[in-house]
Amino acid sequence: MGYKFVILRPYCASPLTMVPYVTGTSVIGIKYKDGILIAADMGGSYGSTLRYKSIERLKAIGKHSLLGASGEISDFQELLRYLDELILYDNMWDDGNSLGPKEVHSYLTRVMYNRRNKFNPLWNSVVLGGVKNGQKYLGMVNMIGVHYQDNHVATGFGNHLAVPILRDEWREDLSFEEGIKLLEKCMRVLIYRDRSAVNKLQVVEEWVVQSIAKITEEGVSISPPYSLKTFWEFSAFKNPTAGAAGSW
Amino acid sequence: MEKNLDFNAPHSMGTTIIGVTYNGGVVLGADSRTSTGIYVANRASDKITQLTDNVYVCRSGSAADSQIVSDYVRYFLHQHTIQLGQPATVKVAANLVRLLAYNNKNMLQTGLIVGGWDKYDGGKIYGIPLGGTLIEQPFAIGGSGSSYLYGFFDQAWREGMTKDEAEQLVVKAVSLAIARDGASGGVVRTVIINSEGVTRNFYPGDKLPLWHEELEPQNSLLDIWGTPAASPEPMRE
Repeated sequence: MGYKFVILRPYCASPLTMVPYVTGTSVIGIKYKDGILIAADMGGSYGSTLRYKSIERLKAIGKHSLLGASGEISDFQELLRYLDELILYDNMWDDGNSLGPKEVHSYLTRVMYNRRNKFNPLWNSVVLGGVKNGQKYLGMVNMIGVHYQDNHVATGFGNHLAVPILRDEWREDLSFEEGIKLLEKCMRVLIYRDRSAVNKLQVVEEWVVQSIAKITEEGVSISPPYSLKTFWEFSAFKNPTAGAAGSW
Repeated sequence: MEKNLDFNAPHSMGTTIIGVTYNGGVVLGADSRTSTGIYVANRASDKITQLTDNVYVCRSGSAADSQIVSDYVRYFLHQHTIQLGQPATVKVAANLVRLLAYNNKNMLQTGLIVGGWDKYDGGKIYGIPLGGTLIEQPFAIGGSGSSYLYGFFDQAWREGMTKDEAEQLVVKAVSLAIARDGASGGVVRTVIINSEGVTRNFYPGDKLPLWHEELEPQNSLLDIWGTPAASPEPMRE
């Protein structure tokens, strides 16, 4: 978001003057006790118009990874094609091995950074998370190739609004319910304060559980679209100018 | 004022385009105005273009760009149909359009709505806005006139309409957009595609409803004022 290329005429042969058109806003991801949780809303903005409200910005990649993307949706769709091909070739080895989230994150970083070097970026910030062999992984890559891993990551506005909350309230041993509540707290703040947020969101989780019989179960679930309740009943909201008539 | 009369300005279809699915197929609709700056170069254009027997595309934005994209896709789909041995699906047509739109995103200025019917998925509508995002939707709106229709569709759209309800909705919507968008105008054209085939309809201005502050068209003032005996009151100082 804030990367400005010189834009004289967006419609010209060179990719040096790219602009994004249909964009998704924040993605938030956290590690919790049993795995990874990622949340994103389903909005696709066209400038200031909230044009599309059913865009799925969270996808499962291969057996082990989850991808959430913000930024230009057409470039996200292209990223999914790249990843489809990557996973296909990985499966074709048929050798019992499969690419984990760390490898997919590395691949995405290379793709994004090399496109940036050619001045033809994929205009996205992506959250990549997953679990492999019981190891949790959560990372982020953006359009200029900046990448890192952490216990909690966010893109776009989420960096400013959600990350401070997560820094304060995240713990290693968050249960699934606590994790969901924490993500929803962040998403609610974004709904209040991010102009391009849409109150219709999805959460995807990847979980690994070691049962008492030491059998590891893994799974990925994507929630159905849902909306969060919002609170407006502060008395100061009902009477905003009570203290100073004419103000707002 | 002279700046606006640039007859060499790129032809742009300001446009209102719409595609809706209904229970059994799709209805595509569009206005008919093509403008060159401030001048209306063509007041009766046909913006709903055939790609195959069962798939059509609504074009908006640059006339040249949308024409060349649909020409290429028609050519590819023709070959694809021969090789496949059966009609192409709407999804394939939409993906071909997306491929061109995405890979040439720096140069193209066209938003498209692909709609059609095939035996596998029935009636489908795909929106392909600037940038080359492909998005399947129950209904899609596009072009400059669509700005005035977001609220209208939020309120008026329902799942599972009949063919006639869907077409009436499309005609009403295009007509509302024409009323407020200077870049849209002319007639309303619709194309209905379903298992039985394709039907084209044409709605000239006088067949459309009147909106706020619009008046019933007359042949002449003389028809309103009638004979000289019933002439209007003289003007006062």
